[in-house]
Amino acid sequence: MLDAAILGAVFASIVAAATTLLIASLGELVAERAGTLNLGVEGMMIVGAAVGYATAYGSGSLLLGTLAAVLAGVLLSLVFAGLAIWLATNQVASGLATTILGLGVAGLIGSNFVGTRLDGAPELVIPGLTDLPIIGEAVFGQNAYVYASLVLLAAVTYTLARTRIGLVLRAVGENHAAAHALGHPVRGIRTLAVMFGGACAGLAGAHLSLAYTPFWASDMTAGRGWIALALVVFSAWRPLWLLGGAYLFGAVSILQLHAQGFGLGIPSQLLSSLPYLATIAALVVISALKHGQGAPASLGVPFVPDR
Amino acid sequence: MHPDSRHPDPRPLVLSLTGITKRFGSLVANDAIDLDVRAGEIVALLGENGAGKTTLMSILFGHYIADEGSVSIADADGKLAPLPGGSAQAALAAGIGMVHQHFALAENLTGFENIVLGTQSLWSLKLRGRGARAKISRLMAESGLAVDLDVPVARLSVGEQQRIEILKALYRDVRVLILDEPTAVLTPQEADSLAATVRALAGKGLAVIFISHKLHEVLALCERVVVLRGGAKVADRPTAGADRATLAELMVGRAIPPRERPPSIPGAPVLSLKSVSVGAPSARDRLEDADLEVCGGEIVGIAGVSGNGQGALAALVAGLAAPRAGEALLDGARLAAADPAGRVAAGVGRIPEDRHRDGTIGALTVAENFVLETIAAPENQRAGLLRRAAIRARAAEAIKAYDVRCPGPEAAIRALSGGNMQKVVLARVLERAPRLVLAHQPTRGLDIGATTDVHRRLIAARGRGAAVLLISEDLDELFALSDRIAVVHAGHLSPALPAEGLDVRTVGLMMAGHGVGEAA
Repeated sequence: MLDAAILGAVFASIVAAATTLLIASLGELVAERAGTLNLGVEGMMIVGAAVGYATAYGSGSLLLGTLAAVLAGVLLSLVFAGLAIWLATNQVASGLATTILGLGVAGLIGSNFVGTRLDGAPELVIPGLTDLPIIGEAVFGQNAYVYASLVLLAAVTYTLARTRIGLVLRAVGENHAAAHALGHPVRGIRTLAVMFGGACAGLAGAHLSLAYTPFWASDMTAGRGWIALALVVFSAWRPLWLLGGAYLFGAVSILQLHAQGFGLGIPSQLLSSLPYLATIAALVVISALKHGQGAPASLGVPFVPDR
Repeated sequence: MHPDSRHPDPRPLVLSLTGITKRFGSLVANDAIDLDVRAGEIVALLGENGAGKTTLMSILFGHYIADEGSVSIADADGKLAPLPGGSAQAALAAGIGMVHQHFALAENLTGFENIVLGTQSLWSLKLRGRGARAKISRLMAESGLAVDLDVPVARLSVGEQQRIEILKALYRDVRVLILDEPTAVLTPQEADSLAATVRALAGKGLAVIFISHKLHEVLALCERVVVLRGGAKVADRPTAGADRATLAELMVGRAIPPRERPPSIPGAPVLSLKSVSVGAPSARDRLEDADLEVCGGEIVGIAGVSGNGQGALAALVAGLAAPRAGEALLDGARLAAADPAGRVAAGVGRIPEDRHRDGTIGALTVAENFVLETIAAPENQRAGLLRRAAIRARAAEAIKAYDVRCPGPEAAIRALSGGNMQKVVLARVLERAPRLVLAHQPTRGLDIGATTDVHRRLIAARGRGAAVLLISEDLDELFALSDRIAVVHAGHLSPALPAEGLDVRTVGLMMAGHGVGEAA
């Protein structure tokens, strides 16, 4: 039997696990809505994690570490943007190269910090609320990254739907030829979107190495960048559905850990693959039910203003 | 139902459609349509977009199954036998052939390979060359379709590719040949030679269904015309005794007001090109050393077969390309850089050639498409936030003013028909009263109703002093609208001459390269 305290801890850890994915996939969603497929998310995330950890470790400031992680993500995204947007190279190849580069750079930076530990980001405490049973810790006892991810979700949703740059960004992603002919700077907009994706991936990395698991391990992203990419596809490029996808993935990955702890007679490898299977299954069902909206029509197609 | 039933036509029936009805949800695309076609007959099928022509042909072809009604086709002995619905293979085997407006040719294969493709077993080790070749030669001789069979299709002209398509159908021993808008891409001379071919084929007993928007062609070529409107057959009559106005009225369902075109009062030059070259010298669609002046209050038409330099001219005007040499001036200011936003700001209104590719953004709404070009203007945004209510209100007004048929400003524009989409583009362009209107193939793919509308709007823009540069392949359109006409061929632009002094024949010859460019 699970009592309220255990249940509360489980919910809190689901939120924490989902946050990394939500932040990274929001960034990728923006890049993809602008028409660029950046497979470098994993690389940008781990560079963010490494740089963030190193900076925070050296300076003692989690804020500085976070900012450095964001900056590192942006810098690496610029490598991708330079190749894929301005030199019009193949986006898949450029993205893979970005990830490989990121993994290498992160390993180099992180090699000095193996075996060290940081105090993770502090959690919010609101007397009364945080102590509420079951949901108190999950809702009112999280660190700043969790709340930031939700603010980011709202901001991205609002910006895409309601602002001038959001409209232009969607136009660029759906039909770059028309957007160009209508006078919009296709490559500039895409560069900004990719930079935003890099910033988010860096922030997601900072959440990993400064809050979720506040130490350094060379493979600490463990494929979360790829999951974030998959979530974008399965959410049919809609921010709110990312929230569902990220939390579902987080929930199943935490629950299967507990299931392993209970010693069910199921091979642990199978349980470990459950989050992936569950997310894919749920999102396939959702996208089969969806009406109309598919991938941005210009996604992955390099734009070269002709003549 | 045959109009000549009192004097029975001696020719045998080859195709008979009876009571064809097809519904898509609540929409009745075909409503109890009867259609008989006899051997050697050339029948025109007329109708606006959405009248049901495509649905009817798709049923004939087995792409759709009719809800009611039946299709019968003559077998080898001339006896009518029902054609099983929903099978394209059965339709092909029964001798129905179609040449689509967009060709279905493998461009990397030769004409010969394209013709025999699909007629031989996949497992045969080599193409059965000699028999096939002899048959094709015979067909070419009979029909007058001369074309080089041994070069890749990509290297053939559009007219030649069409000949390959027709030969492909003939090679399969068709008894009924459907030609969908076959002259849309041809020069007048090519269209004449196609008409001769069609007559020759009909003389051999082939039944031809000719789908076209060009009423004069229908009147000249076809002996009978069937008109569809709103899914129903509204006329089935001999062409003898019909005229264009009658047919247009039957198609549209109301009288088409004659085009009012007040005399032009040209003002100061708005666009002037002096020895301008655009596009790489090796490109086919380029402009070399072109001179052109378009004044306020006049429409200058550019005739030519697509791909001869119109694209380069349009790109220059729209700011998608910079001149390689020479001087291009807009209201006296030099157009040096490729700068679409700058052109918009300078007063160029662009009606693009391909509204799907670079005119609209399908996934966005009508309202969003309406404001995309002027999104930075204060009436559309404040501090980066869209003024959505204001945008929606103005889009709703434009929808009303331009008679756009759509569920509303929040509908995705890709759900609109071509004509309605074009009206949104027109509204976007004309609502900001541009100095220069670039109308590139503004009525391509539109039906008579929408075309009339576009023409009226362009003449109105000219009336309020705008300069209009009209690029079109449709000579009727050019002669109906233009004050002066220039012809572009292989990158060379002829001088723009007053339209009154020109005739279709001369312009057609110039489109084929006589008297334009180096030789001029």
